Amino acid sequence: MKRLEGNAKLLGREQYVDDLQVEGCLWGMTVRSPVARGRIKEIRFSPEIDWSEFVIVDHRDIPGANEVFLIEKDQPVLCAGEVRHVHEAVVLLAHPSREMARKGVRGVEVVVEELPAALDFRVEAEPARVQWGEDNSLSRLSINKGDVEAALASAAHVVEGVYESGAQEHVYLENQGMISWVDDDGVVVVQGSMQCPYYVLNALTHALGRDEAGCRVVQAPTGGGFGGKEDYPSNIACHAALLAMKAQKPVKIVYDRGEDMASTTKRHPSRVRHRTGVDESGRLVAQDIEVTLDGGAYVTLSPVVLSRGIIHAAGPYSCDNVRINGRAVLTNSVPYGAFRGFGAPQTLFALERHMDVVAKRIGMTPEEFRRINLIRDGQSTSTGQVIDDGTDRVGVMERGLELAAYERKREEHASFNATHDYLRRGIGFASFYHGAGFTGAGEVYLASKCHVAGLADGTIEVLTANTEMGQGATTVFLKIAAEAAGVDVSQVVIATPDTHRVPNSGPTVASRTSMVVGKLIEKAIDDLRAQIGAAADAKGAALTDAIRAWCSSNGAERVVGRSEYEKPPEVVWDEKTYTGHAYGTFAWATYVAEVEVDLRTDDVRVIDFVAVQEIGKVLNETLARGQIQGGVVQGIGWALMEECKWRDGAMANNQMTNYIIPTADDVCPIRVEFMENPYAHGAQGAKGIGELPIDGPAPAILNAVADALDVEPTAIPLTPEHLMELAREAHV
Amino acid sequence: MRVLTPTNVEEAVAMLAVEEDLIPMAGGTDLLVHWPEHLEARERGYLDLSGVESLRGMEWSDAFLTLGALTTYWEVVTDARVGREFRLMVEAARQVGAIQIQSRGTWAGNIANGSPAADGVPVLMAYGAEVELASAGGGARWVAMDSYYTDYKQSVKRPDELITRVRVPRAEYEIEVWEKVGSRRAQAISKVGLAITKGDEGWRVVAASMAPTIRRCAAIEKLLTKEAAINRPEDLLKAIGKDVSPIDDLRSTAAYRELTMARVVYHALKGRVSFVT
Ligand SMILES: Cc1cc2nc3c(=O)[nH]c(=O)nc-3n(C[C@H](O)[C@H](O)[C@H](O)COP(=O)(O)OP(=O)(O)OC[C@H]3O[C@@H](n4cnc5c(N)ncnc54)[C@H](O)[C@@H]3O)c2cc1C
Repeated sequence: MKRLEGNAKLLGREQYVDDLQVEGCLWGMTVRSPVARGRIKEIRFSPEIDWSEFVIVDHRDIPGANEVFLIEKDQPVLCAGEVRHVHEAVVLLAHPSREMARKGVRGVEVVVEELPAALDFRVEAEPARVQWGEDNSLSRLSINKGDVEAALASAAHVVEGVYESGAQEHVYLENQGMISWVDDDGVVVVQGSMQCPYYVLNALTHALGRDEAGCRVVQAPTGGGFGGKEDYPSNIACHAALLAMKAQKPVKIVYDRGEDMASTTKRHPSRVRHRTGVDESGRLVAQDIEVTLDGGAYVTLSPVVLSRGIIHAAGPYSCDNVRINGRAVLTNSVPYGAFRGFGAPQTLFALERHMDVVAKRIGMTPEEFRRINLIRDGQSTSTGQVIDDGTDRVGVMERGLELAAYERKREEHASFNATHDYLRRGIGFASFYHGAGFTGAGEVYLASKCHVAGLADGTIEVLTANTEMGQGATTVFLKIAAEAAGVDVSQVVIATPDTHRVPNSGPTVASRTSMVVGKLIEKAIDDLRAQIGAAADAKGAALTDAIRAWCSSNGAERVVGRSEYEKPPEVVWDEKTYTGHAYGTFAWATYVAEVEVDLRTDDVRVIDFVAVQEIGKVLNETLARGQIQGGVVQGIGWALMEECKWRDGAMANNQMTNYIIPTADDVCPIRVEFMENPYAHGAQGAKGIGELPIDGPAPAILNAVADALDVEPTAIPLTPEHLMELAREAHV
Repeated sequence: MRVLTPTNVEEAVAMLAVEEDLIPMAGGTDLLVHWPEHLEARERGYLDLSGVESLRGMEWSDAFLTLGALTTYWEVVTDARVGREFRLMVEAARQVGAIQIQSRGTWAGNIANGSPAADGVPVLMAYGAEVELASAGGGARWVAMDSYYTDYKQSVKRPDELITRVRVPRAEYEIEVWEKVGSRRAQAISKVGLAITKGDEGWRVVAASMAPTIRRCAAIEKLLTKEAAINRPEDLLKAIGKDVSPIDDLRSTAAYRELTMARVVYHALKGRVSFVT
């Protein structure tokens, strides 16, 4: 089945925020903090500009709380008194001309008395730089299983390692953008690019001091998110709404690329320290892991990113003694936020690189070492979650190695490397897993709701708050609904996410949409059958006829079937001890990368890539493959190219020219294979796959580089400049 | 924004003579990059060259291949004869941005823009090309590419002068090398660019992204002329240190650029000349 909105996108007809023409619309722009930390002394408006033409908003114009509603309410909508990072929003301007608005921004000077900033999360903050708690820790979490110290003391080998990863920019195709206006009924409407309409709604009601009826959030076609439109849209939506309310006119804010890169969230930089105990036979006996994430200037989502990070930190291996201590630290940079994988890519990078380091140290091959330790049914993860799904995890790994011709490649590389003047080849892999849906009791707290309406003409309308952002969610929903109802896809429509129309089915994040919300669609269709007195297995014409009949005999335009998330009984999670079912289910994978390193330039090229994964059930082959391939490309970028360069707390390379993402020419064919082992609580048996593919590429690629060269890379991005330094250190 | 649209060279240079801060515009691929942010650039006057037909196309004579100021990379890429006689021009052109830029961007624009990282300039310099600068009243002079730049983004071209042609002498070469080291395989700005030729007039070694301007590397050329034994890349570092002065910037580091240049030169010549082994 083709992508529902594919043609509109291919032909350039899709109307994104920037394309939407709104009568009498003003352009909103943002005046930002020039420094990383300080007290605002004064805001100077240049006398050369006629400010009467502008609408000007600052924190005093906020009718509700000056807080961006999220886990903690520490981030202001607009700075009042204090700034915590460069490019933090201070004043908003709107003007009928985009160019004048731009000039206006340059005509406002935010005068700040600088305070000592915390710019490196890896160093303990001295007292003058502490801005949160006692030591800038935004969150601390830990997992404890067995007795790590005792196990380390008696282990045959103890191997240590420290691994680091940098910030990553989302580079969604479409920059952040919102339009806001006040409608004839006085409702504040916001329409824009977003993943989570109800998050935006919560932020609006909180900052504007209104109830849900007084605010309405509508998703516009969204050109990519990757997590970057999970939390940040709340900020820009509040900004647009404040301007529109003050102007009493529609206001559009669309960031340009430079502003977007400089001022919005990114992937959390990380440092992970491993101390691993192994017995004589190569069995893991202890994993002692310390995870530190750079949280940036405000709490935002860091506690939950840290949570997912530590839960994935010990990997898909069985080990009786595990201690994981996690900490997210405040620094004066943009708040790090949601990004595909949500903490897991960082900890899995460290783990899977470390597994190769350990294997080498104890004289085993990477595959032997993993074969021994991969979780078998009946064994448990670090949180004590017993895995019993029947998936052959060793089989997933073997299949990956087989497809990649791992053994043969190793032999070929040995002779290639012995003879080539300046090219070296290597092969490496990573075995990993990704938990789908919200962590622990998260889905219970969300209590997602879904509606499926039968319309008088027999059409079926699916109403959820989940968003299409390029990943194909609406196409998959259409298929799930059509197959559950036994009708043609032409008889199903997917409602635009609009908080005045759709129920809160939760955010479009955490690889939960197809699996969790897809299942809710199936259940809502069951409820619809019950509502109209149709048989529990009524499908096709039997169902649509029954809908039509019910509507006509009740004089109704529609009849609504409803569903709400119900926790699978086996999912038991203890938030206090961090034990139990961290996730309803995991997808399992092995990714194999073959690389070629050019010793002239220290450039690493991925020349073959195999991605094998067990994902429950493939709902749409093309879209699923697209998710995997896209994630792998993003992973290649994170591993080898994408580097945020910081200058006094600000991103200095906030341009597409200097923030290097892979082009089509930098990517080899990515060979994808799926295995299916249906999950009872996912739509048609599906598990989540959106985030899985970003977890594997970085460790697989670095393992391949280690195989190709005589170096042990431990940090990403492994740019040619970094590899050159590493090789020099290794060989002096 | 004010745009002047001359239809011939005389008109164009006359306009420049009257208003020296007019900005000539060819493909616009450099000029428009920062358009949204450079608000002041919008109030300037532009001299749109696209209507000047005589600046288009390529011409062959016994002695030269001559490019017009509007000749694009794509015209060169798709010309088999250029491919045969000036292989490096095609190789360099193929590595400029990607196809969209290759079809709009011009060689003259690349020269006039004066970026130390330009990809068109090094191969022209390595082929001993010259640039024609025209001014009002029929004035015109030819300047050798290797004496065109004076400092970062500075050249001998006066503000009232327009680049009208670029001519490349036809000659036989034993060795022709172009290597672009970018941060990815397309749409990349050179971190190190190298063009090397050896013909009747001897060695020409040109480095890009290694100094405030693209330049010939006299010390390396001397080493090669002397046929000094070079057994490993590091043997070139001393000469590189004399020839260029790379910096740390957003794209790379000085240390990386130096060593990479040494390795690229070494491997390009290894086995092709007897003294590099
Ligand atoms: C996405 C992208 C990728 C790019 N990639 C590369 C790359 O890989 N390598 C590379 O070298 N460059 C690259 N560039 C830069 C640019 O495309 C080239 O420098 C191109 O050759 C410029 O030619 P143009 O005709 O577009 O110049 P324009 O933008 O029209 O002009 C450039 C400058 O030259 C002046 N000028 C133009 N013609 C004349 C003339 N006849 N006389 C006097 N002055 C003149 C203009 O006033 C201006 O200052 C890239 C640009 C973009 C946008």
